Amino acid sequence: MTVLVARRTRRPRAPGVVLAGVFLVALLVAALFPGLVTPLDPLRAQVSDALQGPGLEHPFGTDQSGRDVFARVVHGARYSLAVGFGASLIALLAGLVIGVVSGLSPTPVDTVIGRIIVIGMAFPEFLVALLVIAIIGPGPSSLVAAIALAATPAYARVARSQTRVVVRASYVTAAVSLGVPRWRSVLRHVLPNTLGPLLVMATIGVGTAIVSAAGLSFLGLGPAAPTPEWGVILSEGRNLLDRAPWVALFPGLVITATVISTSVVGRALRGGARAQR
Amino acid sequence: MRLLGHLGGVLLIVWGAATAGFLALKLIPGDPVEVMLGVQAQVSEETKEAIRRDWGLDQPVLVQYLQYLGRLVRGDLGQSYQLRQPVAETIASQAGATLALTGLALLFAVVIALAAALFVRGRRWNSVVGLLELVLVSSPTFWIGLVLIAVFGFGLHWFPVTNGSGFSAQVLPAVTLALPIAGILSQVLRQGLEAAATQPFALTARARGIGYARLVGRHTLRHAAGDGITLSGYILGSLLGGAVLVETVFGRAGLGRVTLRAVIDRDLPVVLGMIVVVAVVFAIINLLVDLAHERLDPRLRVAS
Repeated sequence: MTVLVARRTRRPRAPGVVLAGVFLVALLVAALFPGLVTPLDPLRAQVSDALQGPGLEHPFGTDQSGRDVFARVVHGARYSLAVGFGASLIALLAGLVIGVVSGLSPTPVDTVIGRIIVIGMAFPEFLVALLVIAIIGPGPSSLVAAIALAATPAYARVARSQTRVVVRASYVTAAVSLGVPRWRSVLRHVLPNTLGPLLVMATIGVGTAIVSAAGLSFLGLGPAAPTPEWGVILSEGRNLLDRAPWVALFPGLVITATVISTSVVGRALRGGARAQR
Repeated sequence: MRLLGHLGGVLLIVWGAATAGFLALKLIPGDPVEVMLGVQAQVSEETKEAIRRDWGLDQPVLVQYLQYLGRLVRGDLGQSYQLRQPVAETIASQAGATLALTGLALLFAVVIALAAALFVRGRRWNSVVGLLELVLVSSPTFWIGLVLIAVFGFGLHWFPVTNGSGFSAQVLPAVTLALPIAGILSQVLRQGLEAAATQPFALTARARGIGYARLVGRHTLRHAAGDGITLSGYILGSLLGGAVLVETVFGRAGLGRVTLRAVIDRDLPVVLGMIVVVAVVFAIINLLVDLAHERLDPRLRVAS
């Protein structure tokens, strides 16, 4: 990773990538230390401040019980990033294991697993997530499980095809014929070469997972109402659209900016990985 | 013969989805009869036994599975726990509203994307459109809906917000559903047009003396459309997944609302029915996509 960065500094990076990176870092700070970003309590209601428009005191305005929307969005970063990163990580690991095992298995087994992956990919991720929640019931941890499971087939597919390519590569054949044990070749050759593309996928996947999570909790299937989660804030904002559109506007803008940033950074990583080859 | 293979693929996907759904239903903790009756229900053990017998829940799982497949073949999706009516009826009664919404959304998306792909020329405009596409693709669908309601409903009063009827009530939900799809479709179409314009056949056509409009109309757009059609599965997915959110945002009836209700109430026969219906739709669309590809790109026909 450090090598990759060092090589790329010679070429000036696009300002968009820098901007996206800065935004993601700011978001990470908000998730880890929300107190540094805003001194206000996201749950404290102050009726005298209700429904104030965006201004100096409340940059994103206030909601119907006078809670500061900016503070709620800042504190919400924690939930959304946790779900986004958590679900993507689980999906990546599950996909990696399934894909590598399938790619290394004898052809009949590999074909069957490949078929299952294709069927899994055929379903829209959001509907799969809904189905999983129907089975295990709603709640914050169901959210992570549902989104992870829905995303797994895509990772498994890439891991499988990557594994099949690496196993047949001449340097693996050479290593095996020189007497390197198969498990070592898997650890040293197959896993690192498969992990790279999956990590790039996951960078973009974090954004998608955050949107899915916001959607599911907007529908009432995630954390319960007073929690400052982005989807929850948006669903509260839905009832205030005529009086206080800012309650719904700003969390959505932040989600959009997050997704754009992850995909811009993801694309830059992919470009960097290609240039390195 | 190849059509037979295609049909086999369709059946395989539907069977796989139905089986996965059935397994999931069997894995769920708790007694389906309890779920069906609700938590507060005071019902004697005898009545529960009777319900179990009615639904075939006293049979071995394998027998239940075969019976389930047998019913599916006959188009019977089972009974809803909560609504006390056949699942097929529930789905059929709501399908019209969702079909109208998604159909209109698809039309809007294609028109917007085509307009962007055909009429946007020049570097500056291309980068503006590119940025717009990125925003649309990255925004949560339901948030786009909320913004549209705030601006065009409450702000400008152009469209009814809720309880409207007729075409004007359809516009905002359909546009909401259409915009993210328009964004990705326009990305793919514009890239496809650009790529096709550098192909040898484009140069030949230009050398023969045909104008830009004819080149696009007769040659490069066909290639770009091929790339667009590959997205069909993705588009269908965002239409169906988006319908759940858009119907909730705009307070409309439809399949999305039925699915969401069923998920919240854990009305699993309805959820399972939706899975099977979605699988059938998906498999058929995939089949049509394969066939359309062959029609659009003469090279594929020769290769096969």
